Amino acid sequence: MPVAWNEPQAAEIIRRHAGQEGALLPILHDLQAAFRCIPPPAVPFVAHALNLTRAEVHGVVTFYHDFRNAPAGRRVLKLCRAEACQAMDGERIARRILDRFGLEWGGTTPDGRLTVEAVYCLGLCACAPAALLDELPIGRLSEASPDELADEVGG
Amino acid sequence: MTLRIFVPRDAAARAVGADRVAEAIATEARRLDLAIELVRTGSRGLFWLEPMVELETQEGRVAFGPVAPADVPGLLALGPQAAKAHPLCLGRPDDIPFLKRQTRVTFARCGVIDPLSLADYRAHGGYRGLARALSLGPDATIEEVVRSGLRGRGGAGFPTGIKWRTVADTDAERRYIVCNADEGDSGTYADRMLMEGDPFGVIEGMTIAGFAVGAAKGFVYIRSEYPDAIRVMREAVDIARASGCLGAAADAAASGFAFDIEIRVGAGAYVCGEETSLLESLEGRRGQVRAKPPLPAHKGLFGRPTVINNLLTLACVPAILADGAERYAALGSGRSRGTMAIQLAGNVRHGGLFEAPFGLTLGEIVDEIGGGTANGRPVRAVQVGGPLGAYFPRALFDTPFDYEALAARDGLLGHGGIVVFDDRVDMARQARFALDFCALESCGKCTPCRIGSVRGTETMDRILRGERVAANLALIEDLCQTLKFGSLCALGSFTPYPVMSALRHFPEDFSHPRLVAAAD
Repeated sequence: MPVAWNEPQAAEIIRRHAGQEGALLPILHDLQAAFRCIPPPAVPFVAHALNLTRAEVHGVVTFYHDFRNAPAGRRVLKLCRAEACQAMDGERIARRILDRFGLEWGGTTPDGRLTVEAVYCLGLCACAPAALLDELPIGRLSEASPDELADEVGG
Repeated sequence: MTLRIFVPRDAAARAVGADRVAEAIATEARRLDLAIELVRTGSRGLFWLEPMVELETQEGRVAFGPVAPADVPGLLALGPQAAKAHPLCLGRPDDIPFLKRQTRVTFARCGVIDPLSLADYRAHGGYRGLARALSLGPDATIEEVVRSGLRGRGGAGFPTGIKWRTVADTDAERRYIVCNADEGDSGTYADRMLMEGDPFGVIEGMTIAGFAVGAAKGFVYIRSEYPDAIRVMREAVDIARASGCLGAAADAAASGFAFDIEIRVGAGAYVCGEETSLLESLEGRRGQVRAKPPLPAHKGLFGRPTVINNLLTLACVPAILADGAERYAALGSGRSRGTMAIQLAGNVRHGGLFEAPFGLTLGEIVDEIGGGTANGRPVRAVQVGGPLGAYFPRALFDTPFDYEALAARDGLLGHGGIVVFDDRVDMARQARFALDFCALESCGKCTPCRIGSVRGTETMDRILRGERVAANLALIEDLCQTLKFGSLCALGSFTPYPVMSALRHFPEDFSHPRLVAAAD
C-alpha cells in the first residue's frame, strides 16, 4: 500500500541498494513504487545518501518521463500514440477515450480515479491501437473501448 | 491421460484476451473433470490469430485461433482428435503458411516452450551454444561470431564479432556485457517477444559474450513500457542462478568462468535506446548521449570496455555457436548474413513476426506475407525501421529487405519493423509527427535536435496551413541537412529519414492547406 513520504522508509529503500553500481534509477523506481511519486523532499534526501548534488538528482528525476512529482490517479491508462497505432486510427479512438473521461493528455479525473497518459509504443504493434491499464495490456482498441474502459475503472 | 494445452502469455496475446481464454480452459476442465496441463508459452507471432491455443494430439500439436472464451467449452468437449474438425482449427502450427515460409533460428523456441522451464530450454537445444563456446575457448568463440557475419540488429549494423574482439583486446581488470532491450521503435516487438517467450536464449547469448570477451557481469536494460518482459526476465535470471547457470556458482566455473546478470528498468526515455545514452542511464544519470570516441568497446559502462549489443543480436549467438558459423552465414543476401526478425505492424492483415533470411522484397513482405491492409484498403506507404526510418511508397516495393539495399534507397533497416498505412494516411502529418517526436524525446545535448526539431514542427504546421509552402519546404530541407550532419546520435541525425522520404515520395500531400487542429 502506498504511503506518505517518510524518511525511515526512504532510508530503508536506499539501504537495500547499497553497493549496487549506478543505483540511482533503481532507487527512484522503488521510491516511486512506495510513495506513488518522487516527493520533493526525496531529492535532497537521495542526494545526501548517494553523495550527489541536489541538482544531479533533480536533473535525473526530471529527465525521465516516468518519474512524477505528484501522485497519479489510482489507475493509469497509457494510450499509444506512435506510428503503428496511428495507422489503425489510434488518434481518433484515443480522443474518444479522453472525451469519455473529460480529460486531456496527462490529465487526472477530479475524483482521482484515472490518469490518462500518452506513450510511444508498447510493443503491441500488431494488435494496434494498444494501451496499458496499469500493467494490463489492451489491444485492438475500438469504438467500444471508451465504455469498456469506463466499466473497468468505474466512472 | 493428461491433455496438454498451450496458451500464450505473451503481452500481445494477453492484450487480445489470452488470459481469459486460459481461465475458461481451466474452469471448463474442472467442470468436465478433465485432466489437463495448461502450459503458458510465448507467442508464435501470428497476432491476427491470437489468442492461439494449441492442443497436444497423437500427431503433435494442433492450433486453434483466434479463440474466444466462449469457444472453449465446444473445443474441450470434442477432445483433441475430434477438435481437428472445429472451424477454428488451423492444423499443425508448422503447416500454417505464415510459419511454414519462415526460417526460424532465433525464434525457434518462441511460442513452443514454457519460457521459464530450463528443462524445456535444454530439451530444445538450449545451452548447446555455450557448451561449444566453452570447448572452443574465448578467441575461437569470437572468431566464430566474426565468420557468421552477424551484424548489430539494433539498427547500426556493426559487425558483432569485431566489436567483441575490440573489447577482448582492450586491457582492463573488468569488462561488461550490456544487452539493449530498450526497444522503443514503433512497429517493433521482437525483443519483447523473445524476453517473454525465450528468456534463457537471451541469458545464454549474454553468457557466451561474457565468456568470449572476459566479462563477469552483464546488464539487461529493459524499457519500463514492457512490464511482462521485465517480470519474465527477472524470474528467468533467478531460475538460472538457482540452477547454477548464472552467478558465482555457475556451472561454467569448472572452466574458470563465472557470469551474472542484473535486470535494469528504463524510465520512459526513447533516447536511452541509443547506446551511449543507455550507458549514462545505467550509471544513474540523465540519458544524454556521449560523444564518440571513446567507443563503448574501449570505455563504456563505468569507463570499462563494454560489449553493448541489441537483445536480438545477443539472441542470435547461441544458435551460431551451437550449429556453426557456416550454417548461419549461408543464409541471407550480400553483406547481410543470417536471418532477420521482420515485424509486421500497423494496418496489416497478417500482423506478426516473420523470421527469414535477408533479401525478401518489401512487396513480398507487405503484400504476400502481410496480406495487405487489415481493412482491405490499398497500401499507400510503409515505414521501415521505426520512427527514424524512411517511408516507402509502392513504387519502391521492389527494394530488398537488407542493410545495404534499404540504405541505397535512403532508408534504413533499423530494428526490422514495418508499419503499414492505407490510402487515408496524410504524409505531411506523418512528417510533422517525426519532428514532433524528435522534439519530445531529444536528450537536449545537440542544438539541431533540441531546437531544430521544435522549429521544424512549427514550420511543418505552416506548411499544413498552406502558408508560403515552397519557402517553408526549402527551410525543412535545409533543417534536415543540419540535423543529419550536426547531431551526435541517431535521434537527431535520422529524423530527416521519415521527413525527407515523405516529402520526396508523397509531394502531393504537402501542397494543399488543411485546418490544423488545436490538439496537434
